[in-house]
Amino acid sequence: MLYQLEGSQSIAKAVALCRPGVICAYPITPQTHIVEGIGELVRSNELLNCEFINVESEMAALSVAIGSQATGVRSYTATSSQGLLYMLEAVYNVSGLELPIVMTLGNRAVGAPINIWNDHSDAMSARDSGWIMLFAETNQEALDLHIQAFKIAETIKCPVMVCVDGFILTHAYDQVDIPSQKEVDEFLPPYSPHISLSIDSPIAIGTMVSPEYFMEVRYLAHKRRIESLKIIEGIGDAFKQKFKRDSGGLVREYNIKNAETVVITMGSVAGTIKDLIDELNSIGEKIGLLSIISYRPFPTDAIVNSLKNTKRIIVLEKAFAVGIGGILFQEIELAFKQTDIEVFSVVAGLGGRNITKPMLKEYFLKKNIEEITFLGLKEDIITQEYKPIKLHGHEGGK
Amino acid sequence: MSSATLGNKSTGKATVQSDHNRPNTLTSGHRACQGCGEALGARCAVDAAYRATNGKIMVVNATGCLEVFSCAFPENSWGIPWLHSLFGNAPAVATGVAAALHRQNREDIRVIAQGGDGSTFDIGMGCLSGMFERNDDVLYICYDNQAYMNTGVQRSGATPPLARTATTLPHRSYLGNDPQTGKDIPKIAMAHGIPYVATASIANIPDLEEKVSKAINIRGSKYLHVHVPCPLGWGYPTSDTIKVARLAIQCGLFPLFEAENAKIVSSTIIDNLVPVQDYLILQKRFAHLFGKNGPSETVEVIQSIANANIEKYGLNGGIINE
Amino acid sequence: MNKPFATVLGASTSLSNKTGSWRTMCPNFANKLPPCNATCPAGENIQLWLSLAKEEQFHEAWKVMTQSNPFPAIMGRVCYYTCEKACNREQFDGAVNINLIEKSIGDIAIANHWKFENVSPNSGKKVLIVGAGPSGLSAAYFLKMLGHDVTIFENHIKPGGMMRYGIPRYRLSNSIINAEIKRIEDLGVQIICNKRVSNILNEIKGFDATYISIGACLATPVDLETKESPDIVNAIDLFKELEDGKNRPSYLEKKVIIYGGGNTAIDAARTALRLGAKNVKIIYRRGINNMPAHEVEIKEALTEGIEILCLRTINSINSDNILVDKMNYDEKLDVLSKSGETETIYADSVIFAIGQSVDISVLQEVKSIEISEKGTIKVDKNMMTGEKGIFAGGDAILGKRTVTNAIGHAKKAAKCIDAYLRGVEFVPNIKNKVINFKKLNTAYFPKDNRITVSRMPDLSFDERDVSYSDQKIIVESARCFSCGNCFHCDNCYAYCPDNAIIKHSDGSLEINYDYCKGCGMCAAECPCGAIEMISDDSKV
Repeated sequence: MLYQLEGSQSIAKAVALCRPGVICAYPITPQTHIVEGIGELVRSNELLNCEFINVESEMAALSVAIGSQATGVRSYTATSSQGLLYMLEAVYNVSGLELPIVMTLGNRAVGAPINIWNDHSDAMSARDSGWIMLFAETNQEALDLHIQAFKIAETIKCPVMVCVDGFILTHAYDQVDIPSQKEVDEFLPPYSPHISLSIDSPIAIGTMVSPEYFMEVRYLAHKRRIESLKIIEGIGDAFKQKFKRDSGGLVREYNIKNAETVVITMGSVAGTIKDLIDELNSIGEKIGLLSIISYRPFPTDAIVNSLKNTKRIIVLEKAFAVGIGGILFQEIELAFKQTDIEVFSVVAGLGGRNITKPMLKEYFLKKNIEEITFLGLKEDIITQEYKPIKLHGHEGGK
Repeated sequence: MSSATLGNKSTGKATVQSDHNRPNTLTSGHRACQGCGEALGARCAVDAAYRATNGKIMVVNATGCLEVFSCAFPENSWGIPWLHSLFGNAPAVATGVAAALHRQNREDIRVIAQGGDGSTFDIGMGCLSGMFERNDDVLYICYDNQAYMNTGVQRSGATPPLARTATTLPHRSYLGNDPQTGKDIPKIAMAHGIPYVATASIANIPDLEEKVSKAINIRGSKYLHVHVPCPLGWGYPTSDTIKVARLAIQCGLFPLFEAENAKIVSSTIIDNLVPVQDYLILQKRFAHLFGKNGPSETVEVIQSIANANIEKYGLNGGIINE
Repeated sequence: MNKPFATVLGASTSLSNKTGSWRTMCPNFANKLPPCNATCPAGENIQLWLSLAKEEQFHEAWKVMTQSNPFPAIMGRVCYYTCEKACNREQFDGAVNINLIEKSIGDIAIANHWKFENVSPNSGKKVLIVGAGPSGLSAAYFLKMLGHDVTIFENHIKPGGMMRYGIPRYRLSNSIINAEIKRIEDLGVQIICNKRVSNILNEIKGFDATYISIGACLATPVDLETKESPDIVNAIDLFKELEDGKNRPSYLEKKVIIYGGGNTAIDAARTALRLGAKNVKIIYRRGINNMPAHEVEIKEALTEGIEILCLRTINSINSDNILVDKMNYDEKLDVLSKSGETETIYADSVIFAIGQSVDISVLQEVKSIEISEKGTIKVDKNMMTGEKGIFAGGDAILGKRTVTNAIGHAKKAAKCIDAYLRGVEFVPNIKNKVINFKKLNTAYFPKDNRITVSRMPDLSFDERDVSYSDQKIIVESARCFSCGNCFHCDNCYAYCPDNAIIKHSDGSLEINYDYCKGCGMCAAECPCGAIEMISDDSKV
């Protein structure tokens, strides 16, 4: 059924359709509307049999979910930015304990300087934590990915983070098709935990593991994550079959068949880029787009297969690693290291900086592009503010 | 303090710990040091809860000595459902367990969160306060050995004044841990208005068991603070754990009391009051307070803390002034 | 449940980790000897019978008492309870009133007509005992229990020896003596009274062994100048006269002097008082603190109005005035000397209580039996005299002359005689180490004063009825620290941080060395010191 809704509200409804038993959250912009929405659904009895717990921190939010999920109840939380970093210890813990918690990340920059607007720096801080990380392009996809996320999590026995661009998606009103409870129930069976605290068969969850076994624990997790690429893809297919919509999967191609240049990106910016590609294709520019939905596990094979006929790849990302550069860029460059395909890095939209079509168009039409570009960087400020470090002769080096 | 032995037949009050069929929720083979007060305290407390609930308990454990020595792959010493997540989040995890049990209509299964003083006083304080403030249905047990023992005896918010730890070494004008530091967690717990707060000691197991049995079946948040001496960190022979715990009570430094709904309702009268010196002198962590010429005047600082406790908690049989 | 590798474990898997390998010291249940038992001349297992008494198992307690002493009711009255002096609780809040519990249970036994049980099968051997005093009667009892036939020859007209003829009736009534002796007779022991043995060799034919327990019945002669003496009598003769004579002696109705400082002196003084003496004085050569008499007896004598004149010896007795030398006594060097000062004391009669000696005439034909310088019969470590098959004990041999000691001799002699009759060597039990107060953990014992029962002063010959009620027996018995002997308090079991003490369903405890890390908490918290820590490699 179609609704005109704010992104956060549609996510709230999607989560509610998945019938979680415990929801806990701590408010942080731009995640707030999601948990407010779910809270209302619980208070108004639209979402039944659910504990909604207001906690005192993000650390507590995810920790409560750890407790409830480990006791066999489907659990959900949501956060953003500093909140994710505050709970990061628990983020790693959840995946180590193989608890299939689903969490929404309303993507936002990480301070200092404090900044509430969108980029992907927060998600990147958790990229090695062992969670499955899915990036949504639209509000509809955000909604659909949440429904798939519970199924993926519980199938793979692994937590899933659904990354949704803060404000751009969370606070944007859009038309969404919300499936019926019956349809979701058919797609997502009740949670049947693979591990659960039980007085009938007591187990201990969360042992200390010594050097003799730790590597094996980690390697097994890695192997299962790689294997789970197939499952993410399969669940995406199943979703398409059930709901007649192409949401999910590993990557999404756009006009890449004859493209000599392919832009690779994640999240909502793909929409802007698609618009531009349509325009550029119409004037004969051979350019396409590949959106990565499953950032973790990283779908190397799917990306390489999609782009084997491409000459040039531009990785456009809303995050970077200070002191080295693009993060997704490095991962793509690694995936293509055996080929002659050139890979370029564009860092854009940090801290909510607008990424406009004219900016992108100018960049895409450049003949010679730098290996790394900070899109829309105000060079005059840099010139004015950048002071080279003065050496006094003893700081090292020659 | 009661001087009854644990299988005391004459008082007709046999303890869970003296029962040949006791649960042994924390079983043999754990890796606690010789004479570990915490291992004993945890077994006593969890056994008592197990008995009081007919085995219907789940335990969430914070990181720390107890967690490390009781559950290192492939050896788990627990005979009850047990969950360890992190150092600072045990109360929140326990909230989650309780929420899940509520969801499953299994509130007959009772939840315990437990940890050392580091996780309780310091790193987990935020989560603990949140759990109390929401009055989540969890019994939180702090096994207090007054420093970070697992990492090698560093100062915690529970370290007593003037005690030596690896990070409060006595040196020239420094006499161990700074006086006027630390916090009173039972009082902080009480300030949340939760239904039950109590202190207990491994030197008084009948009292400890009684408090656990009472607390575990109360709905809402409960806090139990158990004094568990550590031979390694405090520097006394492994055989003296109970003796040290007993003297802590008898000198007034560790008052035993119970509070309900933010009000102290009872305290255990000391029937054989001793000077704090008797307690301190057994422990190397206070050795710098005792020179060749006997105790320094700083011992008086500690004695005044004990005196204040005796007064406040009516440990001499007087009225409770709290 | 398909558990993830390593991060999730099943219950209690740590049992595979045998932490006993960490141990350097090792706990060991080593029941120690309580000091009461160690000092009891009869070797009573006091701690054991107290533990039964506190559970109200009086009959069982009595059976344990009578394994070492056939006269609980008598001993409860006349024993000087070295056990109570040794009792570790004395250093805490007062010794356990062992003596009074023994008396009370002994009286219950008489009232209930409890009999000795479990007599060994008859060995076919016959033993002759000379003297039916405490040692002879006890030896008869022990030997009979061991299966031997026993006959006792007794010089006096009644059996009992010093119990009857050396102890005044206000301390021990005849009914008690008779009841406890009858119990022995009921076993089939034959007591032939009024039979004086003049030459032992004439009597021992037909017997496989002999036990000489003739006591020390002769008053030690006094070397004194006496002119026109007032009535002078030996204490021992006085008692015999009182017991066997037809009339009460009338010569003690005025001023009486008793010469001596032992229990007999006190007994004589108090007897004189009861016979109507107006003024009774005891003259003793050393200080009051040096008197061999039991302090309670001295105290009671003083309460009754008896005067004790210390540091004095009688120089001479002239009619009714007695010349007394005042003495100096150096306690450290134990040197007694005349001070040169004298005084005169008036008295109508003098009772000598300065010692008794053994009538060795019975043995004079047996050359192989040696007599000591002190006139006592010499025995070897197995209580046997120089003559094979003839044993001796009680006051007749060297040692403390108390009823308890006499019983202790009898107990040992009976074991030796039994070994002799069976042709085996007597092997004494190895005694455990005695446990002292410091080895106890008194934190588990609330202070709880001993239950005293007040005695009303009374100058009759009737025995004063001082006894515990059943309830008081229980409460006072429960004060026993159970020194060195596990009393199943379960502290070790409850306190072991490693669950390395196993408690069986019957309450018995066992150390599980698989897991014991050797911390020593069990030993430290054992209230009674029944657990010791030993080096791990010395563990058997």
